[in-house]
Amino acid sequence: MNQLFAVTNVLGMVVMMFGLTMLPPLALSFWMDDSALFAYHQSFVITLFCGLVMTLATRWHRRELQVRDGFLLVVLVWSVLPIFATLPFMFFMPQLSFTDAYFEAASGITTTGATILSGLDSLPPSINLWRCELQWLGGMGLIVLAVAILPLLGVGGRQMFKAETPGPMKDTKLTPRIAETAKALWLIYAGLTLSCIVAYRLAGMDWIDAVMHAFTTLSLGGVSSHDASFGHWNSALIECVAIFFMLVAGLNFASHFLVWRAKSFLPYRHDPEAGMFIMITAVSCIGLTFYLWFMEVYPDPLTALRFASFNTVSIATSTGYSSTDYYLWPIFAPLWMLFLSSFCSSSGSTGGGIKMIRAQILFKQVFREMIVIMHPQAISPVKVGGSVVPNRIVFAVLAFLSIYIASIASMTLILTLSGLDLVTALSAVVACINNLGPGFSQVGPATTFSVLTDFQIWVCSFAMLLGRLELFTLLIVFTPAFWRK
Amino acid sequence: MKIIILGAGRVGTSVAESLVSEANDITMVDLASDRLHLLQDHLDLRTVVGNASHPSVLIRAGAEDADMILAVTQSDETNLVACKLAATMFNTPTKIARIHSANFLAYPEIFSADNFCVDFVICPEQILTEYIEKLIEFPEALQVLDFANGKVSLVAVRAFHGGPLVGRELQELRQHVPNVDTRVAAIFRKDRPIIPEGDTVIEAEDEVFFIAPEKDIRAVMREMRRMDKPVERVMIAGGGNIGKRLAKALEKDHQVKIIEYDKRASERLAADLDHALVLHGDATDEDLLESENIAEMDMFCALTNDDENNIMSALLAKRMGARKVIALINRSAYVDLVQSGGIDIAISPAQVTIGSLLAHVRRGDVVAVHSLRRGAAEALELVVHGDPRSSNVVGRKVADIKLPKGATIGAIVRGLPTAEGRGLGDDGGQKTKSAASSADAQVLIAHHDTVIETGDHVILFVINKKLIHQVEELFQVGVGFL
Repeated sequence: MNQLFAVTNVLGMVVMMFGLTMLPPLALSFWMDDSALFAYHQSFVITLFCGLVMTLATRWHRRELQVRDGFLLVVLVWSVLPIFATLPFMFFMPQLSFTDAYFEAASGITTTGATILSGLDSLPPSINLWRCELQWLGGMGLIVLAVAILPLLGVGGRQMFKAETPGPMKDTKLTPRIAETAKALWLIYAGLTLSCIVAYRLAGMDWIDAVMHAFTTLSLGGVSSHDASFGHWNSALIECVAIFFMLVAGLNFASHFLVWRAKSFLPYRHDPEAGMFIMITAVSCIGLTFYLWFMEVYPDPLTALRFASFNTVSIATSTGYSSTDYYLWPIFAPLWMLFLSSFCSSSGSTGGGIKMIRAQILFKQVFREMIVIMHPQAISPVKVGGSVVPNRIVFAVLAFLSIYIASIASMTLILTLSGLDLVTALSAVVACINNLGPGFSQVGPATTFSVLTDFQIWVCSFAMLLGRLELFTLLIVFTPAFWRK
Repeated sequence: MKIIILGAGRVGTSVAESLVSEANDITMVDLASDRLHLLQDHLDLRTVVGNASHPSVLIRAGAEDADMILAVTQSDETNLVACKLAATMFNTPTKIARIHSANFLAYPEIFSADNFCVDFVICPEQILTEYIEKLIEFPEALQVLDFANGKVSLVAVRAFHGGPLVGRELQELRQHVPNVDTRVAAIFRKDRPIIPEGDTVIEAEDEVFFIAPEKDIRAVMREMRRMDKPVERVMIAGGGNIGKRLAKALEKDHQVKIIEYDKRASERLAADLDHALVLHGDATDEDLLESENIAEMDMFCALTNDDENNIMSALLAKRMGARKVIALINRSAYVDLVQSGGIDIAISPAQVTIGSLLAHVRRGDVVAVHSLRRGAAEALELVVHGDPRSSNVVGRKVADIKLPKGATIGAIVRGLPTAEGRGLGDDGGQKTKSAASSADAQVLIAHHDTVIETGDHVILFVINKKLIHQVEELFQVGVGFL
């Protein structure tokens, strides 16, 4: 029990800090006078109070955290914060059930971007800001989680990512201390967000929309303040800005950091994921452009290019914006985009899925097996970016993949058991576990998750957390061995 | 010359052997006293037992008045420290160090006079690798040696029936390949040298040495024999220093398979190589060679540390259908034994690397020395100094120079930068000379009426090593100039 108390102590502090993040929407609400002010007052006080109680009640148990506590803390942060994040929704929309509110909040914090709310345009701006800010915070926490914390815990081959910048820039850690690393990454994240806000504004959004969409672009979240998402503006310029920043956010933030420190673009060249990520995305965009054009979805190639590239980049990076209902395209296109979302974004980015580096390791492992079959005495290590991947990590990645597939399969089965059709069930699970957002059919880009039953929504919420916490982090907490003294 | 050789390993011993015969005072330093005893028994030199990086040992070896220190111990660190000590304590004029590790070689500034004070760095593995690379580039040649930063090459090739020039007089070569300027420097027939004249007839099985710019090598060789297909598939036995370097150099443009016996070493090898296929196994294992398609290999290189293993695997590979086999053989007795048999080219590492050391021992401004025919003959690159009054060479036509019989001037390279003319080891070691600085240099194939100027690099072919002394004297500047 000691373990739980010690972690709760830290969690209390995190909750209090989280309470402070309700101030921006509160201020906006006050300034715009948008009728949601009372919700923030109450939520703010309750969150701060709960955090304070949690910290004070367990202050005698405060101690240095162990690796095991790390797992528990990460899981608790990502599952408890959504509870507090639901408060503004619950107070402002009493008709909303806790299930739906939790889904909405978790979808924000895990940067998934799936929603059960409709009529977004008529919501008060402060509520929309809160939804977007949740994603931004989630993305921020996620980068630190992915770059600084998970490698320490060694989840599913995450050790590999510590040394993922080969070549002359090789640093096992970016800076000697995690706190410093976290600070540097936040600065870059904030800087990119700021430039994205300005770019959106210049491209034609108003300031509030620019801020909200910059928040959800950099976090690859995909929440929009409009039901039509990016279709609302119908502007190629805005879409271009979005594509650029989604690609930037889909790269490893450690590489951004190295580029910033070295003042040269060389670290991108040394990043084994960056090139592959950009190449696969670009090839997919062009391929789908031709596909859509030949299938006569769009009359001319330029329009096809515009829609194909925006939606492909958005889905591949697991953002989840849409500028049109792409589920109406010939089924190959949305399926291919969904497939991309499961591996395309880089490790250490805000994207979801199994990450490009794991995909590369798996792909090379397949080739190694074939070489060993042809040349039984060959020594053929798996290499990524010029450095050898130890077998231990290859196995961890294989285990990761099998759990990933098993999770998708079992949750899809559970959803079909509860009455959903296969396409909806599968796409919902994949969209949630990849932290993508919209699925197909009943949960497609043109609709929301509100058609699902409470049970189905909980399954989806679980899938989002599972994908966000890289499967092992969450699952390990459910093993008896974890709690054994 | 007083020379101290640190390390009585393979390189040290063979350098000593070749220098003793040239009237030098040699002191050898090594930790192993029994090895030194053995050397002292059959060579006329002094030995000192001790750690070559200790100042007291260097003093005992007579470093105070030594002209040259050759640090060729197994350890790079010892070699570097010894050179530094020789520079700071004894002010030794010439300090040469053998460096294995590519890691040191990647930072040439550490050898400068402010740091480790190494005048010339020699990396035998690198020299050997480049030597073999040349043979893979020109699979018909027995030997390809570069002079003047690669502007001109000396090539040894065996004449075969089918070559247009075989059975004809040498002077026809000009009519056969009118655009190519080349000169046949020597012909060896049944191991006896023939001084080539215009009316010399080339016979099959002759070993022909000719000098030509690199771009023309192929055209000249085509006259002597039928050309093979270019080498594409290479199998290397032994993933040591040489095998690894060779694989790394070849893997981009060739299909390379490399066999290494040691499991750990093969894992390291696989980590370092990007495209080459690393196989863990025994290169003398017939089944392994068979399953790896030895019959399809254009070139098989046996490069392990073990002579017997190299010979056996090379013979096996040849028997199983490899087109051409090369074996690295340290013992000179073995080299003679196998060269005529199934092995196409036997390489003696000591003979290949010794040239770069000899260049610094020779009197006169010698840029490069290459041992040929297992040390019997030699090819030199000399820089000519002085003016027509002080020199026997400058301002004279090639025909008028009183060269001893058996020495031929093959080519003259004019316009090479002088100051850097002697960088760090011309072949294999550090290439400090930039390609651009020598780009405007001009290659003149020597004819009777070519006039030699001061600053020229002259490439000489000497059939018998005993003549070298006379050649050196001829090229030395008269007293008063120095």
